Order: sequence, then C-alpha cells, then structure tokens
Amino acid sequence: MLEHTELFFKSIFIDNMVFATFLGMCSYLAVSKKVTTAVGLGAAVIFVLAVTVPLNWLLDQYLLRDGALAWLGPEYADYNLSFLSFILFIATIATMVQQVEIVVEKFSPALYNSLGIFLPLIAVNCAILGGSLFMQAREISSLGLAFNYGLSSGIGWFLAILAIAAIREKIRYSNVPPPLRGLGITFIITGLMAIGFMSFGGMLTGGDEVPVAEENTTAQKEKEEEKTKLEEETAQNTVTYNAIEKE
Amino acid sequence: MAILSKKDSKLILDPLADNNPITIQVLGICSALAITAELKASIVMALSVVFVMGLGNVVISLLRNVIPSKIRIIVQLVVVAALVIVVDQVLKAYAYTLSKTLAVFVGLIITNCIIMGRFEAFALGNGVKRSFLDGIGNAAGYGIILIIVGFFRELLGSGTLLGYAVLGNPIEKTGLYAIGYENNGFMLLSPMALIVVGILIWVQRSRNPALIEEN
Repeated sequence: MLEHTELFFKSIFIDNMVFATFLGMCSYLAVSKKVTTAVGLGAAVIFVLAVTVPLNWLLDQYLLRDGALAWLGPEYADYNLSFLSFILFIATIATMVQQVEIVVEKFSPALYNSLGIFLPLIAVNCAILGGSLFMQAREISSLGLAFNYGLSSGIGWFLAILAIAAIREKIRYSNVPPPLRGLGITFIITGLMAIGFMSFGGMLTGGDEVPVAEENTTAQKEKEEEKTKLEEETAQNTVTYNAIEKE
Repeated sequence: MAILSKKDSKLILDPLADNNPITIQVLGICSALAITAELKASIVMALSVVFVMGLGNVVISLLRNVIPSKIRIIVQLVVVAALVIVVDQVLKAYAYTLSKTLAVFVGLIITNCIIMGRFEAFALGNGVKRSFLDGIGNAAGYGIILIIVGFFRELLGSGTLLGYAVLGNPIEKTGLYAIGYENNGFMLLSPMALIVVGILIWVQRSRNPALIEEN
C-alpha cells in the first residue's frame, strides 16, 4: 500500500511528466489556449495512459525483456527482444487509441463528443510513449503498480496543462513585451512552474519511510550530480579556510 | 548553391531561421529539452534526428502513392520506429555511456512531432529529392536550437564544453574562477532549458518583428 501511495504522489508531483521530463510538450503548448479544451485533452491523456501502460507492461514482461520468453519452454530463455520494444509499444498505443475511439463512440456519444476529437492527437503524444518507456526503464514490478504509474502520470500531466491554460487565459490581459507574446512567455512561465514543482522534490525523502527506490531520470541524476558537486565545493572551501586559519 | 535550384535550397535554409520547427512551428519540443544539459548529448541527438528525418521522409515519399490514407498514421509510426531502432542499436554499440544519458529520449524521437508533422505536411505530397531536402532542413533547424541550448547550459552550468574545461578549473581556481566566477548549477536543472528557449524566442522575434504573434 505504501509503495502505491508513494509511486502515486511521486509521479504526480516529483516526476511530473511536463515539468521534470518535458513529455507531451507539443500538445501541451498547442492546446493550452483555453481551459475547456485543455481539460478535454488532459482527461484523454489520463485515460489512454492508464490503459496503455499496463498493456505495455504485460508485453514487456512476457515478450520483450531478457529471458521473458522462458514461459514458452527452457529453450526460449535466452532470447532478448527488447530492441523491438519501440515498435511494439507504439503499435500497441496506436491500435489502443483507435479501439478506444471506436468503443467510446459506440457506447457513450456524450463522452465521445468531449473526448473524441483529442484521441487521434494522442497517438503521437510523447507523454504516452514516454510513459511506457519510463515504465520499462524504471523496471516497475507489478501490473498494479504499472496501472498506478500510468494513472498518476496522467493526472500530473492533466494538472500541468490545466494550470498553464488558466494562466494563459489571464495573461491575455497583461502587457507582455511584443517579441515574447504567445510562445515565448508560455515557455518562461512553464520554466517558472517547473522551478515551483522542484520544491516537491523533498516530499518523500524525509522521515523514516522506505527509502525512495533508485531511478534513472535525467532530472534526478542532474540533481544528484549537482549535490555532489556542491558538497565537493564546500569541502574544498572548508579546506582552504582551514589552511588560511592555520597560517 | 549551384547544385540546388533556388526553390530547393529554400527548403533547407528556411527552417534554420524564419520557419524554425522549434521556435516558430512549435514542434518537437518533447524530446528536445531534457537532454540539452550537455553539448555532446545535444549534438548526438541532433544527428540522430537528421538521420531519422532525412531517411524517413524519403521512405514515406516513395510509399506515398501506395499508403491507404486511413492507416497512414500507423504506417508512418512503423517507418519512424524502425529507423529509430537502428539509431538506438548503433548508439548502444558505439557510444554506450552516451546512450545511457539519452535513455528513453532516443525512443521518444518516434513521437517527435516534427517528424510526423513533416511526413504529413510534406513527404506525402512531394517527390523524393525535395522530401529529402525538406527532412534534412527541418531536422537541422531543430538541431541548431538543441545545440545552442546545449552550448549555453553546459558552458554556464558546468563551465565545460564537450567535457573540456574551457573556463579554467573550478577546484584549483584557475582561469575565470581566479577572479571569483562561479558555475551556475541551476542551468543544469530542467526548468532552465525552458527559460533558455524562451529567451531564444525573444531574441529571434526582436530581430524579426514579422514573427511576433498576437497575444
């Protein structure tokens, strides 16, 4: 249970898809002019991520990873098909999106009207493929966790697009320097929001909980690198101070 | 350019500045920004995209009369995915550490909107040679932004370029560090990539007021 809660909050706030890894930026910038459309796209992203990440987890577990084919018999245990993961993941996503579109159109025309136009857009949204690839890279261990990861990353993306759309609606009344209007100011606001989201970084590391699992996101790595560098520098400084004091 | 007609060379030169895929068309930001903390990774990423886009545009343009329009998105995705697998395997074989830094972002070239955008907008309706030039041009426009951002982030963030300490040694206090210069570690964190691109857009649009958008 703790594992689930932790993954949930971590994917929403700390490893937020938009602010920490820049996934889905294209549609994030293009569809964030109005809050209502942003909500539609955000909901579609949550939905598709929650469906495709567990599916791709199954594919990865039973078909792609090193030794995954062992269930077919011992002679298959040596195969490693992970180089095929890009093509299989994207094919799964594209077909799933198509199927979801058909099913939703058939059974819930109301939902289709609000969600449907965004679904084809989503097949080529980097956030969706990124979700599956990060799921694979972080070696998420169970189907439940994979579903949790897809859902919570989707919610994180939804929050991000909702926030930027609200800000962009307001900013129309502000006096922005002309060359920055539109795209430029959106980039800078997103950067500032990302700085804000970085403050969530300490959320899960305090107290006596289970230590946060190791992961290889670039952001995390950069943070660690910077930390060690800072420590080195301070160590260096204290050494020099000591030397000066001795003199 | 004597080899290329004026119209053809425009295909290459336009995306480099006034029709740049990142700053003007707003395409392909997804996989671009996260890897620009080092210049080397940016250059490799730029080259990979040039390769995938040049060849991808050629393949799509060759197939353009055969693809049924209803399933064209899937066909396009499969073509890109196949090319990206080639890039990924080559990187893993010859530059393993670098491919670890780039991690999933090589895979994300598949969903790079520039590629799909150019397939849809250009390769499906034009001949092989022009599609090839268009692909190279757009990928180069994308690469240039990547390299500029990578240049500034690495220079200001860690004081190095391609791993060489160009500003002197921060620990031994040589070069610029002797007069009290400090690295700005913040440049290495992800938010600064967005802000650097924002500033690039600002500079570009101040130089060419025709590009300024309505609010």
